[in-house]
Amino acid sequence: MKDIIRQLVETTGPSGYENEVRAVVQKMLKGQVDSMKVDALGNLITRKGQKGQDGLTIMLSAHLDEIGIIATHIDERGFVRFTSVGGVHPRNAVGGRVRFLKTGQVGVIGMEPNQSATSVHGLDKMYIDMGASRRADVKVSVGDVAAFDRPFEDLGQRLVSKAMDDRIGVAILVETMKQLKATPHEVVGVFSTQEEVGIRGATTAAYGVDPDLGIALDVTLTGDTPQAATMEVALGNGPAIKVKDSGMISDPRVVAWMEAGAKRARLPYQLEVLSGGTTDARGIQMARAGVPVGCLSIPCRYVHTPSEMVDYGDVQNSVKLLLALLSKPVKLA
Amino acid sequence: MPMEDTKTLLKEMISVAGLSGHEAPIRQILERAWQPLTDELHTGRLGSLHARKHGLGKGPRPSLALVTHMDAIGLIVTKVNEAGLLHLDQIGGIDARVLPGQLVTIHTRTGDLPGLVVLPAAHTLPDDAASSAPTLPNLRVDTGLRPAAARRQIQVGDLVSFASQPLELDGDLLAGHSLDNRACVAVAHETLRLLQSRKHSWDVWAIATVQEEATLFGALTSGYALRPTLAVVIDVTFAKSPGTPGHKTYDLNKGPTLDWGSNTHPKLLAELQTLARKLEIPFQDAVYAGGHSGTDAHFMQVAGEGIPTAILSIPLRYMHTPVELIQMKDIERAGRLLAEFITALDDTFMDKLQLDDAANGEAQS
Amino acid sequence: MSAFKRNPKWQAPRIGATELKLLERLSNASAVSGDEGAVRAIVLEELKGIPAEVQVDALGNVLVTKSGKGAARPRVLLAAHMDEIGFMLTADDGEGQFRFEAVGGVDAATLAGKPVWVGPKQHPAIIGAKPIHLTTASERSGALTADALRIDLGPGNGGKAKVGQYATFATRFTRLGPSLLGKALDDRLGVTTLLTLLKHAPANIDLLAAFTVQEEVGLRGARVAGYTLNPDIAIALDCTPAMDQPTWDGRENTLYRSRLDDGPAIYSVDSSTLSDPRLIAHLQETAAAYGLPYQMRQPGGGGTDAGSLHKVRGGVPSISVSVPGRYLHTPAAIVRLDDWKNTVALLHAALGHFTRDTVKGGR
Repeated sequence: MKDIIRQLVETTGPSGYENEVRAVVQKMLKGQVDSMKVDALGNLITRKGQKGQDGLTIMLSAHLDEIGIIATHIDERGFVRFTSVGGVHPRNAVGGRVRFLKTGQVGVIGMEPNQSATSVHGLDKMYIDMGASRRADVKVSVGDVAAFDRPFEDLGQRLVSKAMDDRIGVAILVETMKQLKATPHEVVGVFSTQEEVGIRGATTAAYGVDPDLGIALDVTLTGDTPQAATMEVALGNGPAIKVKDSGMISDPRVVAWMEAGAKRARLPYQLEVLSGGTTDARGIQMARAGVPVGCLSIPCRYVHTPSEMVDYGDVQNSVKLLLALLSKPVKLA
Repeated sequence: MPMEDTKTLLKEMISVAGLSGHEAPIRQILERAWQPLTDELHTGRLGSLHARKHGLGKGPRPSLALVTHMDAIGLIVTKVNEAGLLHLDQIGGIDARVLPGQLVTIHTRTGDLPGLVVLPAAHTLPDDAASSAPTLPNLRVDTGLRPAAARRQIQVGDLVSFASQPLELDGDLLAGHSLDNRACVAVAHETLRLLQSRKHSWDVWAIATVQEEATLFGALTSGYALRPTLAVVIDVTFAKSPGTPGHKTYDLNKGPTLDWGSNTHPKLLAELQTLARKLEIPFQDAVYAGGHSGTDAHFMQVAGEGIPTAILSIPLRYMHTPVELIQMKDIERAGRLLAEFITALDDTFMDKLQLDDAANGEAQS
Repeated sequence: MSAFKRNPKWQAPRIGATELKLLERLSNASAVSGDEGAVRAIVLEELKGIPAEVQVDALGNVLVTKSGKGAARPRVLLAAHMDEIGFMLTADDGEGQFRFEAVGGVDAATLAGKPVWVGPKQHPAIIGAKPIHLTTASERSGALTADALRIDLGPGNGGKAKVGQYATFATRFTRLGPSLLGKALDDRLGVTTLLTLLKHAPANIDLLAAFTVQEEVGLRGARVAGYTLNPDIAIALDCTPAMDQPTWDGRENTLYRSRLDDGPAIYSVDSSTLSDPRLIAHLQETAAAYGLPYQMRQPGGGGTDAGSLHKVRGGVPSISVSVPGRYLHTPAAIVRLDDWKNTVALLHAALGHFTRDTVKGGR
């Protein structure tokens, strides 16, 4: 599965510009699912299985997009001013490299001098140095989009890359759709767009799919690093079953179902209360007359930096847990 | 006294948890209370309770929805530390400064446990904690259990609710937690109760919504599912209390407020005001700016093709503390106004709400 | 100092349902410093069953002399304070709302959003707080003090509350697994301990008991109680803070004062008293001989009735023994039942070994 992960994280796809990643997924799933289609907002909607007598339409959602930047001005000396697409924190930007989608060119992020060596300017006082010395030599226009550029590193049990948020969810969903054999459900694997700018793709996808049950696959923060904010989630303790985040409260029946499934399959899991951020599950929950939702989270350190770290065991166990859950009828207590 | 039934129900409602996203305990009480008062009862997909009392008109009948959220603010366990003390996050907006010394109930998988919110000794907290007000990351719950027992019984995600008991004060006042918004669920109940002995041609939906304090998704999804013809959202508003600005607060015991702002249909508001004046039911005028009433009306108004919506509020002191305070008389008045309003709805009512005439938008008296 | 042998017939006084019921009644009663009548009434009622001399002095202290048998009995004074921290209504703002001030060291961070009881009849009221919706983030970073808060009896209150009345947090005593929770465990635990010891007083001493007033506002009752009873030895029975929570960043907690589950806390030094070393040794040797747990309270701030008792007349060898309690001076303290049982046991065993020689000569 590491090959799939590498391929996905090394492809670029900031919010609204997910087409390259989507093409990679389409290729991976060719012949592996019953149907594939792309909707108006660019969501890739894949289906497998028939809704049997005890079956439901279950929507799984992993977002294709990653955070990125967009050029706002190119100054006379060829420095590119920019703003963020999604949650780019200034402290994670300086010294970073970005690759523009159109040209494939790489630039380096610099920052105007700061009185204090320990504080960071906002993005408005940063720029991208494309290695040019005048505007005419820069092949970047206002509105051009770039993503952070950092190679995949396999540390053995731990994997590091940019865009683990949420390509690791995408990889898990690809693997789940591929491996899923017998299911009483119509399983709809949605590779969603524009999550990082406000859960936009999953919201319209959920309206279109009109599922009976929804599960988002996304990363979550951990509390297992020095002086980390209080959180019991740790890398390597299994996938996290979300109870609540700042934008969504999981349906308690779905949480109970996921927990029971993990216990039955003897898979490790942890419970998660996240104090910041939210996922596609929010978009699914609010669709039409409402959808019972949950979220399977992959613990991830350094989220929204170019070096997001996940545990390979958690990734594999996520696939196993999803397959275990989807292979049986669902009874929400 | 029949109104006593409503008060008894309200005291029962503020004795259970039912935090946002976990409303089953309060929904069960309402299922039992509304079953005999309505013709249909079902639970929406996110857990909102939908109860319909049929009108006498020929079908398909138009419907008015009484929309009241039943969820409550509270806390949730984020960690059980090595001493068995619980770390917390909040569900809904809570000022952490009211929490130290608060008695709470921890809802574990194996049953409820009592506990106490505490501010640990200053030297055990970050340096800046001593110089500022208590913040949620620095608060804990102490269950009195020894560490091993606490860790065995309590897990991440367990809910923590206020344990304050209903408190009756002189002058028919009621204090307790979750009067936001169970006081208004009581208004819907009182309305249904009064309608038992009246004839009305429209259908009435009593909708007890979920998740208002967190996402407003209850109103959003119930509005989509039921598409009522009209909606009256019933929520609480600020009663005057120490330190609050006079222009944003209302009096206890001078009647409910009828609220004007962009979530409010001007003509529906005018009709309510006119009826209240005619019946000499006291009410107070209230306004909200900024495009958001901070209530279920925000989403109810834009459900489906759009729903003419009004907002009626019960003044309440000390909102989002465990000692919220309301006046029972305001609930009674609100219930009577709504029952009379529903009774008066007829085939021509919707004509009165047309916004295409020249004199629209002048709802304020 | 000679170590002594355990009395083979000794049995610890039982702390059972009766004692817990008494503690519950005492903890739920309102007796703010200067207004101790409700607790005094319970104490006097309990004392009816005990053959002893009882008097109520000019400040309201209840003073008891329970004489032993035999010659050369030391006069041992045990003191426990009846009063608790609380509030006084200081101005009537109308609409049932009263300004109030703290009496004793109430933890100011715990005022907002609490039910309270006003006056001797425990009239229900609340201390609210400004709705979070109407506050700014910078406002919320500042403490909510009594200045900004009111005790609210509701606009329908027909003059039932008056300026000058006292109020307490309305927290009912409850069991929490192995723990006890109450608003006034400081020092109704001491009061219950003292009543229990009076019922099981050993004959080798004259047991003098002082149920004192006004401890929380400056150890004032004990001063006159000590003068009147004129003891050879004095022990204050109180509660001491257990600040034993883990630190936020995992550093070792070195300033815990006392810890739950480690047994009675024996004082060596606090702000008010340097304990008599002979009494420290006596208690430690008792604990060793009887296999009872104890902890040395970390030397440091705080004070008990011993601060007054050791300075009366020509001076009295004094010490304090406390039940460790978390969250003292807030709406609810938490103590371990076992710590209380062990405190009663240690004191009872220690009393049985007091002689005139215990504090003979210089310290």
